[in-house]
Amino acid sequence: MKDQTYLDRESILTPGISKISAKNVNVYYDDVQALKDVSVEIGKNAVTSFIGPSGCGKSTFLRCLNRMNDTIDICKVTGQILLEGEDIYDPKIDPVQLRAKVGMVFQKPNPFPKSVYDNIAYGPKIHGLANTKSDLDEIVEKSLQRAAIWDEVKDRLSSPATGLSGGQQQRICIARAIATSPDILLMDEPCSALDPIATAQVEELIDELRENFCVVIVTHSMQQAARVSQKTAFFHLGSLVEFGDTEKIFTNPNDPRTESYITGRIG
Amino acid sequence: MTETSHTNSLFNVSSKTKNRNAAERRFRIYGILAISIGLLMLLVLASTIILRGTSAFQQTFITLDVDLLESKLDKKGNRNVDDIKKVSTFGYSPILLNAMKKVLEKHEISTSLKKKALGGIISKSAPSQIRDFVLEDVNRIGQTVEFKFLVNGWIDGYIKGRYSRESVANSKFASAEQFDLIDQLLEVGVVEKKFNFDFIFGADASDQRPEAAGIGVAMVGSFYLMLVVLVLSLPLGVAASIYLEEFAKQNIFTDIIEVTISNLAAVPSIVFGILGLAVFINYMHLPQSTPIVGGLVLTLMTLPTIIISTRASLKSVPPSIRDAALGLGASKMQTVFHHVLPLAAPGILTGTIIGMAQALGESAPLLLIGMIGYVATNMPTTISEGLLSPNSAMPAQIYEWAKRADPAFIERAWGGIIILLIFLLTMNTMAVILRRRFERRW
Repeated sequence: MKDQTYLDRESILTPGISKISAKNVNVYYDDVQALKDVSVEIGKNAVTSFIGPSGCGKSTFLRCLNRMNDTIDICKVTGQILLEGEDIYDPKIDPVQLRAKVGMVFQKPNPFPKSVYDNIAYGPKIHGLANTKSDLDEIVEKSLQRAAIWDEVKDRLSSPATGLSGGQQQRICIARAIATSPDILLMDEPCSALDPIATAQVEELIDELRENFCVVIVTHSMQQAARVSQKTAFFHLGSLVEFGDTEKIFTNPNDPRTESYITGRIG
Repeated sequence: MTETSHTNSLFNVSSKTKNRNAAERRFRIYGILAISIGLLMLLVLASTIILRGTSAFQQTFITLDVDLLESKLDKKGNRNVDDIKKVSTFGYSPILLNAMKKVLEKHEISTSLKKKALGGIISKSAPSQIRDFVLEDVNRIGQTVEFKFLVNGWIDGYIKGRYSRESVANSKFASAEQFDLIDQLLEVGVVEKKFNFDFIFGADASDQRPEAAGIGVAMVGSFYLMLVVLVLSLPLGVAASIYLEEFAKQNIFTDIIEVTISNLAAVPSIVFGILGLAVFINYMHLPQSTPIVGGLVLTLMTLPTIIISTRASLKSVPPSIRDAALGLGASKMQTVFHHVLPLAAPGILTGTIIGMAQALGESAPLLLIGMIGYVATNMPTTISEGLLSPNSAMPAQIYEWAKRADPAFIERAWGGIIILLIFLLTMNTMAVILRRRFERRW
């Protein structure tokens, strides 16, 4: 069964247009295996969503993609993850540089307790993306515009970002992530702390971001996956069960487990 | 309404509920009782300190017109400073006595007191007070100058109500006749009780003159101690905590360090004192009784407190902030210094101030390294002198005063405690204000 899904995936994606390709990724927390032999190809200019029940390893896999798992002492990753053909777990790779290229938005909105402006400007500042104040102003404005929050905050750039509403905070975090102009944007359940209206705004935003970024989103909501993504990967108990076009996964899944999950029988 | 529905009514309180409510009421009473006892103790402590200590801030002064007689102070009459310096404080006693007699004549007060008893009313610090005044400018010889002198500790004690005529009946230090004279002088306003700034700012005098003793030098000593403690323990403590909390991998080695730090925080301070004596003075040969050694010892004592509170405040910074910074491509160090440390700063400051307050009130280790009272009689003039010349600290000076037999010194010990408590209260209030001010929500 596993082999079959693997073949399926190969037929869907031609190697040339994939941005990230993971091969046989295993993740262990001490001696607990959190991910088993995950192989996946993530395409350019597309939104890929990871779905699956809690604890299935989808967030763990997402955090492998920008090596955020490095911050956990007991976490061990084996296998290969290639970003445009380069192995990101190569000892010569500096995770700091990698993370500038692979931005991340977290589950809970986590703006720095600073002004809106400083939140957005922090990334460009530490990476030296702006030489002058006006360059920086431009980056901040552009990022906020792309995150569809410019109109709401343009008059209070110097007020604390923590004083905004949850949905606004999350869009600030997205703006902050795209301010460093990454190639890939990882989103770990970005709407789980938001109300339906804010969720709709963020989803709309994700759809727009697709033009410029390769977006990978982890979500609990199957409706959300169906709405925003072109590709969907279903994880279950640490392994990748099925990966393919979102439409196909939701209408005609190959694997009975996928079908059980999307129809609500497991998970 | 049937029988069953009646027994199930919410208005019927079951016996179990009654017991439960009674237990809660009892517990509340215990709690209120405990707090009341605590408050009562605090009230007793505070009122005792204030009642006993405030008198130390007031001292009895006598105002005298002193003739700076050339015949006594400059027999050669050529105003040569070196010659005038040869006149010791003892040589100034006669002119003091003259001034005393003059004031008695002026107010037509007669007394049966002999020379020695009459002069004994004035503090032994008076002659040197005149001598310093004369040596400042020798041309003052020949003038008549008004001086305010301290009154002897025994007489001061009589005015403050410590002694009565009966209690000094057999004393060789004071007599009922002296008290009679003081009463008369008090009436005409020559003798008066007023606020004594010298107690707060003055250098402490010899153990012969409690009335002239001040806590000023010890205060300066405490200041230099705190300076050394702050300069050493804040960077060391913060660096150690940041490394342990943010960078070090969790393993058996860091576990051992953690346990050791917690244990060090509980080590009695006198142990640090004896360590300081053995290491800093006997082995490293740093000068004894100096604030630099005291500061080093207190640094050892304060470090665990600062490390523990700093680690706690670093821990309280939500991990999501670290994730956010790391996710943006900030390095570990940028994450810590740009985001974690500013958020932890109020906690670190509070911990530091509380640790310093603890060090400020510490006397046991200082006694071991020789920072006891009466080692300094002059204010240090430079920072290096302040650090390297023998000095005392406020709690050690208070201890020295408290162990003396003379009640005039005991009074000063209580007064010293008030000053020390004011410092500690100020520091703790500062800690609270800083925490309130910089506390941020995220």
